[in-house]
Amino acid sequence: MPVVWIPALLRPLTGGQARVQAAGATVQAVIVSLEAQYPGLQARLITDGQLRPELAVVVDGQTSPLKLRQPLTDASEVHFVIAMSGGAGP
Amino acid sequence: MTTADKPTEFKVLGSTPLRQDGVDKVTGRAQYGADIRLPGMLYGAVLRSPHAHARIKAIDTRAAEAYPGVRAVVTAQDLPELESKVADLGEGSMNLRYQSNNILARDKVLYFGHAVAAVAAVNAHAAEAAAALIQVEYEVLPPVLDVRQAMRPDAPILLAELRTDELGQKGEQPTNVAAHYLDEAGDLEQGFREADVVVEREFTTAMVHQGYIEPQNATALVTADGQVTIWCSTQGAFGVREQTAEILRLPVSKIRVIPMEIGGGFGGKIGVYLEPLAVLLSRKSGHRPVKLTMSRRDVLAATGPTSGSYIKVKMGANRAGQITAAQATLIYEAGAYPGSPVGSAMGVIFAPYRIPNARVEGYDVVVNKPRTAAYRAPGGTNAAFASETVVDELAEKLGLDPLAFRLQNGVQEGDRRVNGVAYKRIGLLEVLRAAQSSAHYQTPLAGPNRGRGVAAGYWGNYGGKSSASASVNADGTVSLQEGSVDIGGSRTALAMQLAETLGLPIEAVRAAVADTDAVGETEGTYGSRTTFATGWAVYEVGQQLKTQLCERAARLWNVAAEQVQYAAGVFTSGEQRLTFAELAAQLDRLGGPVVASAAVQPKTWGPGFAAHIVDVEVDPETGKVQVLRYTAVQDAGKAVYPNYVASQMQGGAAQGIGWALNEEYVYDAQGRLLNANWLDYRMLVTLDLPMLETVIVEVPNPGHPFGVRGVGEVPIVPPAAAVANALYRAVGVRMAELPMAPGRLVAALQARQG
Amino acid sequence: MSAMTHVQTTLNGEAVEFLCEPRQSLLEVLRETLGLTGAKEGCNNGNCGACNVLIDGALVNACLVLAVEVQGRTLTTIEGIAPPGGLHPLQRQFLEHAALQCGFCTPGFIVAAKALLDRTPRPSELEVRQWLAGNLCRCTGYDRIVRAVLAAAEEAQT
Ligand code: FES
Ligand code: FES
Repeated sequence: MPVVWIPALLRPLTGGQARVQAAGATVQAVIVSLEAQYPGLQARLITDGQLRPELAVVVDGQTSPLKLRQPLTDASEVHFVIAMSGGAGP
Repeated sequence: MTTADKPTEFKVLGSTPLRQDGVDKVTGRAQYGADIRLPGMLYGAVLRSPHAHARIKAIDTRAAEAYPGVRAVVTAQDLPELESKVADLGEGSMNLRYQSNNILARDKVLYFGHAVAAVAAVNAHAAEAAAALIQVEYEVLPPVLDVRQAMRPDAPILLAELRTDELGQKGEQPTNVAAHYLDEAGDLEQGFREADVVVEREFTTAMVHQGYIEPQNATALVTADGQVTIWCSTQGAFGVREQTAEILRLPVSKIRVIPMEIGGGFGGKIGVYLEPLAVLLSRKSGHRPVKLTMSRRDVLAATGPTSGSYIKVKMGANRAGQITAAQATLIYEAGAYPGSPVGSAMGVIFAPYRIPNARVEGYDVVVNKPRTAAYRAPGGTNAAFASETVVDELAEKLGLDPLAFRLQNGVQEGDRRVNGVAYKRIGLLEVLRAAQSSAHYQTPLAGPNRGRGVAAGYWGNYGGKSSASASVNADGTVSLQEGSVDIGGSRTALAMQLAETLGLPIEAVRAAVADTDAVGETEGTYGSRTTFATGWAVYEVGQQLKTQLCERAARLWNVAAEQVQYAAGVFTSGEQRLTFAELAAQLDRLGGPVVASAAVQPKTWGPGFAAHIVDVEVDPETGKVQVLRYTAVQDAGKAVYPNYVASQMQGGAAQGIGWALNEEYVYDAQGRLLNANWLDYRMLVTLDLPMLETVIVEVPNPGHPFGVRGVGEVPIVPPAAAVANALYRAVGVRMAELPMAPGRLVAALQARQG
Repeated sequence: MSAMTHVQTTLNGEAVEFLCEPRQSLLEVLRETLGLTGAKEGCNNGNCGACNVLIDGALVNACLVLAVEVQGRTLTTIEGIAPPGGLHPLQRQFLEHAALQCGFCTPGFIVAAKALLDRTPRPSELEVRQWLAGNLCRCTGYDRIVRAVLAAAEEAQT
């Protein structure tokens, strides 16, 4: 299962856990299964059906332009990070 | 130059042809935005607020409208009222309603210089005289100019609807804190318990400007069928098109943006200021072209600047020289509307180091100063000034060489950032080693009041969308159309990448910057992305051209396309042989023109690291600092156009040294900007600097066909810290405030003595 | 609008006449009336040198000169620096040394450097830096500009 790193501000929703496993073949699907485990998480990551504009999704060390539609493998590592101006990097 | 990993042999990349736009630029022929003159053109002027914070009660434009030669007057009433909507505009997202209100204030002015109305007239003098006749009735409100004041519960509120955002959770109370961010890793308290040495310091930095020499300008023509053409100085024509369409609620297809040559941007020419005004004025004046240019005063008062900041850093290390814990709080001025680069700054502050236990917190705070814009590695200089000063002090306390301490703790592939993301192949360690072995670092510095400082810096760089197209000419040359505005030689760097791909000499490829109707969507020249991402699009174009040309050769020789090889400018199949030019001459008889276009949106951009070394001499009487020697070392990935890579490193260093020593916005208690000119806002001149040495390190980015990383932004990150560390070595004081201007340095020296 | 003044001058080797208002700067008239946009406006108050031109061989900021003042004088702008069909050594060396990024400051630097080389054919680095201290470049950090001027001086000698 992909490993999701939970942003520090959202760790109260995961009981303080910084890393959790969540099933899903895309970032979107992973967020849906996260929501089932930790209610409230989805609304903090997604707004109007899109990833929050202030966030970027980083999969295996690379910021994905596909965002929610980014395909994942079982070994994927997913980060939600603050979107940087001009690419301060993931 | 040092190269790591497997070196690749290139013919064109790494060479130094003359730039293709060079002759135009040394003969005065190049057309910048303000150089345009169209038949029947009107000239605009903008009325700006004399107050830092005030409610607009009424605007009376009648006298201006009656002034001889005036053809149109506009206020915010002429702009559509927009919903709050956040648009992603490259270097930082923007809320479109705020963006519109920044172009013309609607109910409140939020900073000295905020635009209130605009006039178009038959000449610039008439427009200015008429603008001065516009009567604005203000209810003056108390301004808030400092981030920590702005965070107090009793502070005057700038934006009544603003609530603090914490990743989607909104605060309850009106506030000036637009957002709160947090990154955490490991166990901070445990980390500090493991430390033998802990350093904790507070820093403040002043608001500074990008300082591009060409003021903002825009000319617009709206024809009777509503078609809009804009000529302007911008880092990204497509961004101007998108913002103007959103702000004026126009279909994108109605707007064509023609980017003129641009006289510097550094992040400050991404957001629009004048373009929508020029469109409104052209429409209202009966479809005449209208040109608006800013004065230097307007540029300083109302565009650009990057955030002043308050930063607190605490770091600990053990006796073995390992950093065990690091903590930072960063509070950044957003200016009048949310959107400081504090998020980027959080990503920069501890980026060069392996830190098992860390906590980094950021606040984006509105104050009555101009809305900030991106400035070269936005937020990075402030952050590195703080952290790299503390790192220097840790090394000193541990008795370690500052570069050796950085090497010991430096990140490499697989190490994790505070936000948990692991680095791919990066070149920090190679950069630090190159700095250690540089001629500069190997040469001892002697003499009273002299000191040497070093600092490291990081920038993530950026990818983004880019497009290009090219056609093969009958004489074997290739014409390239690309969507990136050329601010410092990028046309040539892109032509070089196409020439390399095609196995042609650079002379065979000519690049042109295309307007928004002539090439696919391309993000602006920012984020150190042009040579990387547009270069990638150009590479794809080259691959397609090769494929098509092989098919044409196959047709000529009656063989299957797979049987045609192409290398070093020659097509072969068995005994058959044809040069690129020979085949190009026959295209008309083999199926017609060969044209290719490509668009990319790569995600594999690569971070860059730098280390800077500076020697200074201080006059303890006056506090004057002379830079004696400076060396910038940087991993560029593959350096495509090395002269211009080095020039970026030099230019970034010079801006950073100016930021370190001289530059700052000075406001009075009422929030009026006191130094909106270049005599009082002092940028470095020739006499302030020595030659600037550069060492280009090439650790290829595995995520680019040619190994390119970005170059432009990293070099402004280390200078302020490097200078501060040098000052400490020279005269024994740790400066905690930017700029480290003579008065502040003398005060610090006196405080130490007594 | 005030009455126009008639001005006769020699501009880049040719006799030129124009009408201007007394309040108009030379920079405004060059750019707006005469269509010579090589001199740039960076500040309009004498602080950047982007508008540098030569009046009777002397270096001035065109934004600080009134157009009426050039009556009977000889003007050289960036457009008049190159010999016919070629480039001036300064222009060539600016290209060779990659002494420009955006190029907006370049006309001013080249005109200013020409004024220097006209009176001091072999300047030292310090003399170049002192002479060019009135010109701002935000892109390059000056290193390449100073080298280009020194190289142009050398080229002119050989
Ligand atoms: S425009 Fe004349 S000196 Fe700046
Ligand atoms: S090259 Fe841009 S200001 Fe000098």
